[in-house]
Amino acid sequence: MVHQLTLGRKVFNVLNYAFLIGLSVMCILPLIHVLAISLSDKTAAASGNVTFLPVNFTWQSYTYVLSKPEFMTSFWISVERVALGTVVNMLLTIVMAYPLSKEVSQFRWRTAYAWFLVLTILFSGGLIPTYMVVNETHLMDTIWALIVPGAVPVFNVILLLNFFRGLPKELEEAAFVDGARPWTVLWRLFVPLSTPALATIGLFTIVGHWNSWFDGLIYMNNPSHYPLQSYLQTVIIKTDLVMQSAKDINSLAKISERTSKAAQIFMGALPILVIYPFLQRYFVKGIVLGSVKE
Amino acid sequence: MKRKSFSEMPYHLMLLPGVILVLIYSYGPMFGLVIAFQDFIPANGFKSDWIGFDNFTYIWSLPDTMNVLWNTIYISLMKIVAGLIFPILISLLLNEVNKSLVKRSVQTLIYLPHFLSWIILGGILIDILSPSEGIVNKGLQLLGIQPIFFLGNNDWFPYTVVITDLWKEFGFSTIVYLAALTSINPVLYEAAIVDGANRWRQTWHVTLPGMIPIIVLLTTLSLGNVLNAGFDQIFNLYSPQVYESGDIIDTLVYRLGLVDAQFGPATAVGLFKSVVSFVFISVSYLLAYRLANYRIF
Repeated sequence: MVHQLTLGRKVFNVLNYAFLIGLSVMCILPLIHVLAISLSDKTAAASGNVTFLPVNFTWQSYTYVLSKPEFMTSFWISVERVALGTVVNMLLTIVMAYPLSKEVSQFRWRTAYAWFLVLTILFSGGLIPTYMVVNETHLMDTIWALIVPGAVPVFNVILLLNFFRGLPKELEEAAFVDGARPWTVLWRLFVPLSTPALATIGLFTIVGHWNSWFDGLIYMNNPSHYPLQSYLQTVIIKTDLVMQSAKDINSLAKISERTSKAAQIFMGALPILVIYPFLQRYFVKGIVLGSVKE
Repeated sequence: MKRKSFSEMPYHLMLLPGVILVLIYSYGPMFGLVIAFQDFIPANGFKSDWIGFDNFTYIWSLPDTMNVLWNTIYISLMKIVAGLIFPILISLLLNEVNKSLVKRSVQTLIYLPHFLSWIILGGILIDILSPSEGIVNKGLQLLGIQPIFFLGNNDWFPYTVVITDLWKEFGFSTIVYLAALTSINPVLYEAAIVDGANRWRQTWHVTLPGMIPIIVLLTTLSLGNVLNAGFDQIFNLYSPQVYESGDIIDTLVYRLGLVDAQFGPATAVGLFKSVVSFVFISVSYLLAYRLANYRIF
């Protein structure tokens, strides 16, 4: 638009760039610092010389963490939880969003069902009664306790139903005229047309399941059933609760508690960092998706 | 008529599994709230003795209750205000950036923390804010400032919570505002330039008015969070020495119910929170509907 820049504009630009770049660096410096600690040796970490680059580089804390059976067990429980939970969440989201995306003239009960779901956003039984229901339905100490209570992600159902409503109605009408059944229309027509929306919701579901920790903490009586984030909660945050075995103490001769914690923090964040480029790609689409309304 | 209801059958069947699950795991706990009015003993289940409002009077009689309520509202209001203003500012500044590489890199970095759990971020914060070996206090020492125990000092704890929450979430909201900014019609800017408006006036007269709908929407929706001071965050950052300034409703419910096994009183507190939140969320949705034409479905 305007090509010649005034002096004021130039000064503003310089300050603006400096501020924004500084701000973004501040956002990830803590993560880089912890990464540097995890790759430094014990004495360097303890002396506080480590800033943003490893001092006396070593993989020792990672070999220690990866050799810890508790860590690996909970890591795989998390992987299993993400896989199972995402499949269940996505299936239910898809089959529920489709009928709810119909007009009242096509599906009279639509509004009643929709309010039935929305009410759960407005009001909830809270922690203790939910805990009791999970207990009464015998999910305690099973992986299903982490999946079934949140099996219907109401927000995502609403997001997807709004996306479905934005699809051209003529396509569905044509399919019905050709004798297709609703089930076929959903899987052959709506699902393929909604891949970007489904990818967005799917990625957010994966992140949600990976990051969940509180349900694991309260629904698993046996710590060997903890998913990774719940396990990390007990070793990084509430360290006093963890008994240290003789093996732990032996390894601590080479690595410090600080470097091993740092390595575990980084390992817990790693899967998110790996899918981050995909998250980013669908992120803005997801925002637009959230605002698709008629 | 009969034929029509037959054609709706597949829709009912598609909804059936999800509806049953919601009935059990969302509506079930709502009925479970009766525990709040019982002298609940797990062995007797929901057939425990009815004691009316005794659990509520017991909670009110505890010395810390008012304090917890105050902490919850104080922290959540600070979070709501900071979480609205700061992202608006950053999105406006980011909107002035012409180099798309810089713009994209900044965006990429600022919303990364949003996707990490409070376990990861809590672990990082406990390390960097430690008064003895944390890098933040090492830096302050260089400036000649005495070490500050951010997570263990009641004067600092609530503000540490608000700032670190801002660190996690501001990038996400910034992108939401930025998405709204990019949808402003360029013709409006061209018209403003023809009228002789400089960049400041363009921002004031075109950009900000263009953002008003999304600002109104996010402000009204955030009202529903007045009693949500952030359980995930505070649970992972607090310790008994900062209960005075940092204990909130949700952490209190957790300790009363799942640590002390006082199910009745804990559920009473939970019921209080659910009812108040219900009012706030309903009002916020209603306002969003009236003011920003927002519809849930």
